[in-house]
Amino acid sequence: MTTDLPKEKLVEMYQKMLQIRGFEEKLFELYSQNLVPGTIHLYAGEEAVAVGVCSSLRKEDYITSTHRGHGHCIAKGADLKRTMAEILGKKTGYCKGKGGSMHIADFSIGMLGATAVVGAGLPIAVGAGLSVKLRKTDQIVACFFGEGASNQGTFHESLNMASIWKLPVVFVCENNLYAMGTRQSIAMNIENIADRAVAYGIPGVSVDGNDVLAVYETACKASERARGGEGPTLIECKTYRHRGHSRVDPARYRPKDEVAEWLSKDPIKRFRDKLLRFGVVEGEIQAVEKEVSLQIEEAVRFAMESPYPQPEEALEDVYA
Amino acid sequence: MRKITYRDALREALIEEMHRDASVFLLGEDIGKYWGGAFKVTDGLAQEFGEERVRDTPISESAIVGTAVGAAITGMRPVAEIMFGDLTALAMDQIANQAAKIRYMFGAQAKCPMVVRTPFGAGVNIASHHSQSLEAWFMHVPGLYVAVPSTPFDAKGLLKTAIRGDNPVLLCEHKLLYPLEGEVPQDDYTVPFGVADVKREGSDVTVVAVLFMVHKALNAAKELEKDGAISVEVVDPRTLTPLDRRGIIKSVKKTGRIVIVTEDCRTAGVSAEIAAVVAEEALDYLDAPVKRVAEPDTPIPFSPPLEKYVIPDEKSIIKAVKEVV
Ligand SMILES: Cc1ncc(C[n+]2csc(CCOP(=O)(O)OP(=O)(O)O)c2C)c(N)n1
Repeated sequence: MTTDLPKEKLVEMYQKMLQIRGFEEKLFELYSQNLVPGTIHLYAGEEAVAVGVCSSLRKEDYITSTHRGHGHCIAKGADLKRTMAEILGKKTGYCKGKGGSMHIADFSIGMLGATAVVGAGLPIAVGAGLSVKLRKTDQIVACFFGEGASNQGTFHESLNMASIWKLPVVFVCENNLYAMGTRQSIAMNIENIADRAVAYGIPGVSVDGNDVLAVYETACKASERARGGEGPTLIECKTYRHRGHSRVDPARYRPKDEVAEWLSKDPIKRFRDKLLRFGVVEGEIQAVEKEVSLQIEEAVRFAMESPYPQPEEALEDVYA
Repeated sequence: MRKITYRDALREALIEEMHRDASVFLLGEDIGKYWGGAFKVTDGLAQEFGEERVRDTPISESAIVGTAVGAAITGMRPVAEIMFGDLTALAMDQIANQAAKIRYMFGAQAKCPMVVRTPFGAGVNIASHHSQSLEAWFMHVPGLYVAVPSTPFDAKGLLKTAIRGDNPVLLCEHKLLYPLEGEVPQDDYTVPFGVADVKREGSDVTVVAVLFMVHKALNAAKELEKDGAISVEVVDPRTLTPLDRRGIIKSVKKTGRIVIVTEDCRTAGVSAEIAAVVAEEALDYLDAPVKRVAEPDTPIPFSPPLEKYVIPDEKSIIKAVKEVV
């Protein structure tokens, strides 16, 4: 296996993946200490998807996200400190504490926000794509959603509309095999979500979602197609969440050997091995790892030390 | 009498009705053997009744409710679960335009005996998409009944009435009520629709409250009796459609004052309808203006201090009561 990518790009991708993993593992810990209000849906295990896709995007491109959205934010370039602060409900968070874990947004980097209504992000991505077309910019939109979301009516409506209007949208299905406790085979009679693309007359590609370079390559093709005015693509990334659906879910519905098999396909471990083979030296990798753990510590400190919003701020920002 | 939780009371109602009537079946996301419902109401039912009658569905709210409609008008009695009340928005067409109108629109050829169960309410920091109280939306839909049980006893009895009835019913549950314990008889019973329940007798002021607010109103009433010697009557309508206008007015005639406490936002909310009923039918008995305690007109924010600020609490109820007495 070879790659044309410059070393800096590879290391940057590795760093982003590590940031996501470190961030999520830290959150898991903080949650156990009762420091995270509400619930959290961790992205650990799926890092290659967000990083592979977002690495194919430009800063001005858009993404839409889901309840499992921390990884999308970080991959698109969100600040770890403000992301962590939002999840802890602090005033310094991206949404002033109004949104929390399931609703992070950073419009300054094209991150159009996470919706917790499964499937609700797809039409919004189509709308952003339409806006790009009407405004005649050359931005594109990447729309993340789970395989569970692909059973919503919005999936059908959105792919069809994006297709007939040739909108610059890349639909990214994160197929982690389960929607809460519902195994994919209970909820649909097909194995590959990508097959659904046929119904809309657009390309559909299934890719190893734990291989960041494979995701990146596929996303680059889809992005080029979108930017070139040829319309949307459906990419299905086969992946697996390392932990339960939400923080309190022990995920007993998943067979042990299945979990073990997927853990052995850890996208970060795989990419690390690859980096070594591509000639990135161990010392360089360790330096990145060290830097990331410091960044995470800093994000936690920032979030913990930040104040909560004042209660009356609840009344602000209802209307523009 | 034995005490069980609100969650167990709902489950018992489902079990007993499924044994009683083979046409009753359940459908919803993750209600089956792998999860037992997001709030565990249907835990164990797939094992007991099989996956044919306790059906895990794809994430497809519109089709879940629509499927229930189709089954209901052809002889079944479906009970659908929508995992969070906020997500009824995705099924709104099937609830409001289809289920609720089928009988009327088709000249009474059909009936649509179905139940949609769903939890509303804030208080666990899960933000704007998982915390709303949308009961009022459904009060605006003729043809649909809206039940709002606040205790295990009411939950079981109202759910049974809903399942046995011949109309579509939205059974509004509340996330914070599931672990609440209360007395529930072993024997079969039902709670009729349209009959308010006086949860506490009093003489100075009527507090009408629904769902979790009933318990906050009861706490406030205790407090008021202790330190202010104000006697509060707490009235729980138990169903919003049909609304027990007479029950509410009867209490107002006795106390001459009313405070309405709901968790939904104020404008055009549940409290607005109740206030209008009192204004229309009991104005002459009022010694003070109608008072409402409700959420301000905002989405539910995530951060704990923000969320706490918008949810009515005992303090705001006590303040409102003192203002009218
Ligand atoms: C419309 C809607 N239905 C149900 C839920 C409850 N819910 C939250 S996440 C989830 C599973 C989503 O599965 P999938 O889309 O595959 O994403 P994953 O969690 O696997 O990343 C469900 C059912 C919701 N938030 N919104």
